[in-house]
Amino acid sequence: MNAVYLAAQDPTLADFGKDPWWLVLGKIVFAFAFGLLATLLGVWFERRVVGRMAVRPGPNQVGPFGLLQTLADGLKMAFKEDILPRAADKVVFFFAPTISVISAVTALSVIPFGPKVSIFGHWTPLQVTDVSVAVLVILACSSMGVYGIVLGGWASGSTYPLLGGLRSSAQMISYEVAMGLSIVAVFMTAGTMSTSGIVAKQADGTQLSIGGFDLPTPGWYAILLLPSFIIFFIAMVGETNRAPFDLPEAESELVAGFMTEYSSLKFALFMLSEYVAMVTMSAVTTTLFLGGWRAPWPITLWSGANEGWWPMLWFFGKVILLVFVFVWLRGTLPRLRYDQFMRFGWKVLLPINLVWILVLAGLRSIEDWQTRDRLLVTAIGAGVLLLATLFWPSRKKQPKPSPQEQVDSRPYGSFPLPPMDLQVPPSPRTKRVVAEREPANVVAGSESREV
Amino acid sequence: MTTSTVLAAAGDVTGGEEVTFWILAPLALIGALGMVWARNAVHSALWLVLTMLCLGVFYVLQAGPFIGMVQIIVYTGAIMMLFLFVLMLVGRDASDSLIETLRGQRVAAVVLGLGFAGLVGTGLYRALDGVQAVGLDQANAEGNVQGIARLLFTKYVFAFELTSALLITAAVGAMVLAHVERRKEDRMDQVATMKARFRPGNYPGPKPGPGVFATSSSVATPARLPDGRLTDRGIPEIMPVRDMTSEETALKGTDK
Repeated sequence: MNAVYLAAQDPTLADFGKDPWWLVLGKIVFAFAFGLLATLLGVWFERRVVGRMAVRPGPNQVGPFGLLQTLADGLKMAFKEDILPRAADKVVFFFAPTISVISAVTALSVIPFGPKVSIFGHWTPLQVTDVSVAVLVILACSSMGVYGIVLGGWASGSTYPLLGGLRSSAQMISYEVAMGLSIVAVFMTAGTMSTSGIVAKQADGTQLSIGGFDLPTPGWYAILLLPSFIIFFIAMVGETNRAPFDLPEAESELVAGFMTEYSSLKFALFMLSEYVAMVTMSAVTTTLFLGGWRAPWPITLWSGANEGWWPMLWFFGKVILLVFVFVWLRGTLPRLRYDQFMRFGWKVLLPINLVWILVLAGLRSIEDWQTRDRLLVTAIGAGVLLLATLFWPSRKKQPKPSPQEQVDSRPYGSFPLPPMDLQVPPSPRTKRVVAEREPANVVAGSESREV
Repeated sequence: MTTSTVLAAAGDVTGGEEVTFWILAPLALIGALGMVWARNAVHSALWLVLTMLCLGVFYVLQAGPFIGMVQIIVYTGAIMMLFLFVLMLVGRDASDSLIETLRGQRVAAVVLGLGFAGLVGTGLYRALDGVQAVGLDQANAEGNVQGIARLLFTKYVFAFELTSALLITAAVGAMVLAHVERRKEDRMDQVATMKARFRPGNYPGPKPGPGVFATSSSVATPARLPDGRLTDRGIPEIMPVRDMTSEETALKGTDK
């Protein structure tokens, strides 16, 4: 049994589609419940963390640590009046939030939560299903999810939601290109598109032998394919409409963007889909770049780290970490302007991605050469790159004229300026106020001290 | 290999495949008909999305999971999204006019369409009746994606590159025709804007509003500057210049 246990840790595509119906149902319910629970806790987590970042406590009244705040908000939302605008397209207005939620939850079905475990005697992977194009299923789900936002914005029959919907569609098309291209690097390295296969490929890196020493290189694609990882993460924030890329619902410009006209449960559904999408995308990043359910380095010293139900813990840990980064970004960065955002997507992310894929393809194609040739080609490439960056013509900086020269060069009749060495005498009134004020650093008496 | 791949590769239509087909085929047809019949352009696009989604599932059923997913991502996700983008820009009430400009055109179109569908249908039926599908196992021998990649980068590489060159030409052409690039010299940054604002001859403050310090609330009334002079700067240029009638200049009798 033990030998089988060790040999059959990594699920392959052949392991799927053999579960009895109750197990399939159980897995689906688990994935769905995971999405819902992640929303409940995710909203609380976000409000608490952003609260801490803004030096305030955040929600702390309902339940322990305010944990039930989202539940209370959700219940309240269910009893709110459901408003249907007169100009709305009724059918599309009704379906838009459901499209969003369904797409966000469906993507969870191909996420590997763990290795193969035994459930009531059935030896089965902790994943609803896997297909040979599982990552494309995730991409398809995320591109269908935008329909909910776009249609919701259009069907509201009002200006601000329409603008939000338009922004969302343009944003999605732009950032999905960058996202798809960064996944291409993962496909090229892993040689497979199935999520369980990609996790299995990140198990251990190759042994790099330098001068007789065997150095194990890391297997996580976040390290091997660092540019792809960074671009993927940025594009993912854009794809999930999260700050600093939350232009479809930019509240300072568009009231609430595509969901301005939504209320009650329909609004709750949009809220749900946003948070489920955030968690789903974190899970996808974990799967594609952070080794999936595999334990990070210090834990792998313990041989049982990647067996049984433990990997689920590492998986959830990584997902929570990524969700924290999402929240961190929201708490730190201001929203981009729309043209900056588009320029960033098309003129920065896309070219870098293309060049990186070209370099990666080049490295992959010389992989089976002799070590000496390989090193030579890599060194020549790196040298050319270095020389190019060294001798790249840079614009000569004009010497900046001094303030006096700038003042002298102004035409006749310009706006009057005070002299550069102007000493403003202190106002007599100010002096009197300063003199009368009580010194600030006097020690307060013990009876006036705050307890 | 997925379950459906296994099913399709076996060469005969099995239960699951048949059930899925008979559920989705009517949906695809309804989507196609709805696209033609829908009065609203966005509804029309949404019906087309339904048909495309069904087609994607059909491809997956036919042991082509990659092409099925690409159908959903590229056609449904990106191209239809662009369609929607344009339709939404045009406006939500832009429904087609139903006035027939050519008399009898609608009847002729229905007859010709049905005739064409009948011709294609019978032709396909007669051509494919009794044909045994072979070669799926060989095509998918090393995996569906790998099989497509091999064909795309060996046998059809020229056709593929030609198509991409055509598309890029179209995209660049559209950009050249539609895009207006301002020259770098014409672009003013914040410093240049401020310098222009404080140049001699330009008053840096805001323009006085029409009717400020004036006796009338009309926008055509010149503003009075703090030193008592009248200024025309606050009057919009499109205002027609005319003299006021005696009736207009007469006191209204409200300030008794």
